[in-house]
Amino acid sequence: MNQTHLTAVDWLIMILYFVFVLGIGFALKRYMKTSKDFFQAGRALPAWICGLAFISANLGAQEVIGMGASGAKYGLETAHFYGIGAIPAMLFVGIFMMPFYYGSKARSVPEFLRMRFDEKTRALNACSFAIMTVFSSGISMYAMARLIQVLHVFDAPFMALGLPMGYIFTFSIVLSAIIVLAYIFLGGLTSAIYNEVLQFFLIIAGFLPLVLLGLRNIGGWGGLKAALPVAYMHEWRGVTHASTNPMGIEIIGLGMGLGFVLGSGYWCTDFLVIQTAMASKNMDSARRVPLIAAIPKMFFPFLVILPGLLAIGLPTPHTTTVTHTVNGAIVRDTTVVPQQIEEGRGLVPAKMNPVTGKPMYMADGQPLLDYDMATPNMLLHFFPTGILGLGLTALLASFMSGMAGNVTAFNTVFTYDLYQSYIHKGASDRHYMAVGRWATVGGILLSIATAYAAINFNNIMDTLQLVFSFVNAPLFATFLLGMFWKRATGHGAFVGLIAGTATAMLHHGLTLPIEAHPGIHGGWITVLHGYPSDMAQNFWGAIFAFSANFVVTVVVSLFTKPKPESELVGLVHSLTPKQPVLHDQWWKTPEALAVAILLVAVGLNIYFA
Amino acid sequence: MNLDLRIPMGMMFTLVGAILSVFGLVTMGNPMYERSLGINANLDWGLVLLAFGLIMFFFGRRGQKAALLAPPEPESGDPVRRGH
Repeated sequence: MNQTHLTAVDWLIMILYFVFVLGIGFALKRYMKTSKDFFQAGRALPAWICGLAFISANLGAQEVIGMGASGAKYGLETAHFYGIGAIPAMLFVGIFMMPFYYGSKARSVPEFLRMRFDEKTRALNACSFAIMTVFSSGISMYAMARLIQVLHVFDAPFMALGLPMGYIFTFSIVLSAIIVLAYIFLGGLTSAIYNEVLQFFLIIAGFLPLVLLGLRNIGGWGGLKAALPVAYMHEWRGVTHASTNPMGIEIIGLGMGLGFVLGSGYWCTDFLVIQTAMASKNMDSARRVPLIAAIPKMFFPFLVILPGLLAIGLPTPHTTTVTHTVNGAIVRDTTVVPQQIEEGRGLVPAKMNPVTGKPMYMADGQPLLDYDMATPNMLLHFFPTGILGLGLTALLASFMSGMAGNVTAFNTVFTYDLYQSYIHKGASDRHYMAVGRWATVGGILLSIATAYAAINFNNIMDTLQLVFSFVNAPLFATFLLGMFWKRATGHGAFVGLIAGTATAMLHHGLTLPIEAHPGIHGGWITVLHGYPSDMAQNFWGAIFAFSANFVVTVVVSLFTKPKPESELVGLVHSLTPKQPVLHDQWWKTPEALAVAILLVAVGLNIYFA
Repeated sequence: MNLDLRIPMGMMFTLVGAILSVFGLVTMGNPMYERSLGINANLDWGLVLLAFGLIMFFFGRRGQKAALLAPPEPESGDPVRRGH
């Protein structure tokens, strides 16, 4: 079951995708005349393209594999990453924050911080952001190479050419790096955005039939419910106390930590997604971008979480011997299932110790499951050759566009916020565009280095949430105060950010999820407090980081001199003139769209409570 | 807008849909479809993608033509910092 037998038609589809990806890059090359074209897509793209790119930028490894893994591990509760962790923040950034991002004409999020606060706040944010994008892109790359290896995608061609199998990991990394590099090098942000939209539709094309087949096999929604423990199928059940829900997180940690701090910290401040909105053609479009993105986002749990639930709910294959008589002779057909799969649950295999080749067990004797394989195994289980090629292409596309979003965010921040600001001021536009192209090369090389260093965690989602809680969680307090409190000062923001990140690290060093060993999972200073799960630890860490930043920024601001109000017009809510009303009908406004989305999101949550 | 994305995207899905449909037709009744519960996933989904690709391509072409005929859009949003 774990063997992938790709035939010519699968390769054809995969190659066709690569041809189009590169073709789009080449077709866009002639439009790249100024650095604005390259870094900001000329600020000329329609809202629907930017909106789909907005959610696709986030639809990398952490989403497709990680959400499937979380679905298999925690059940429908994973959908909170959407309902609480994304939708409200996306509406908030569209309605309340985009007027300042887009209206300020800042070219990047760190540049906005320089306009609103000061140079050092920008430098701090630009540096931490640059490191984070490289890290994320490296994780995408690593996940992709590992998946290619595990699914044996390149085994047959490698065998045919007589190349050693050990090079598949490296070959996968180099191949994805070259493709992403080529299309960004040629077409800049436009190329990245176009490919993100392409990938958005590919994911639907590859995963919708998977979910439909999976549901049909298990007997529809009712069959899935019957196959799984009750807690798995409810988003909200048992959420009042950590011990009564699969994720081990209670309502305050969830609402505050995921919803208010981590969700907003990511969707409202991360330049990775904000860059797509900033590339749209006018203010009205820019505000609509996150809202348009929120519409498919509401329904994505069905595409990315459900495969995980289905994988764990389907019957576990066992070695079976069927005895039957053919012409009087007794024939025994034995289907041998590897131990890795037999020890797993459903289609989720057990984790194998790479040294001994035996399954790994948890403290309570249960096998440790390799949740990251939930979604890929679903593909292999249900898809015959042909559509399997499409499914694998969708997976590869999601990894590459996840990388691409990070790489374009990196090259912009590096060029505008680090190179132009501190290394070489006042050069020609042409020069900065060349620097941007070479920053792309540098960013990808650093990602490759990170990919080799990203092998220590078993759940990619947790890794990313941890990084976000260090860097992004305190950040939202800075933006909230910056945009809605005119008294906030640069010194306050700078000290607050450092205090926030320091608090996040301190919290991580002092707490530990139960059943984890001190080290990379926390408790590396000393263990003062234990959490029921690593998720709970992340969410609470984010709450502490946000609060520390908020309090420190306010206190320091009150003791330091604020910027004159004239310099803050267009950057702070109370000092910015109201937007002229563009639409005659109230229902055409972004606000009306936001309210409609909110109602549907609440409806979905009630239905699946 | 310089290149209407719907054109290359429509082309890609049309091609993928066509490949899957043809492959599905050729392999009709093949035992490999036991995997997909007896459904010819290639043919069925190929036709869906083919239709999607053609619609996308059609609208892309129409959009591109309309954009060429229409007078250039006024620089909405930021007349000041054009080109930095």
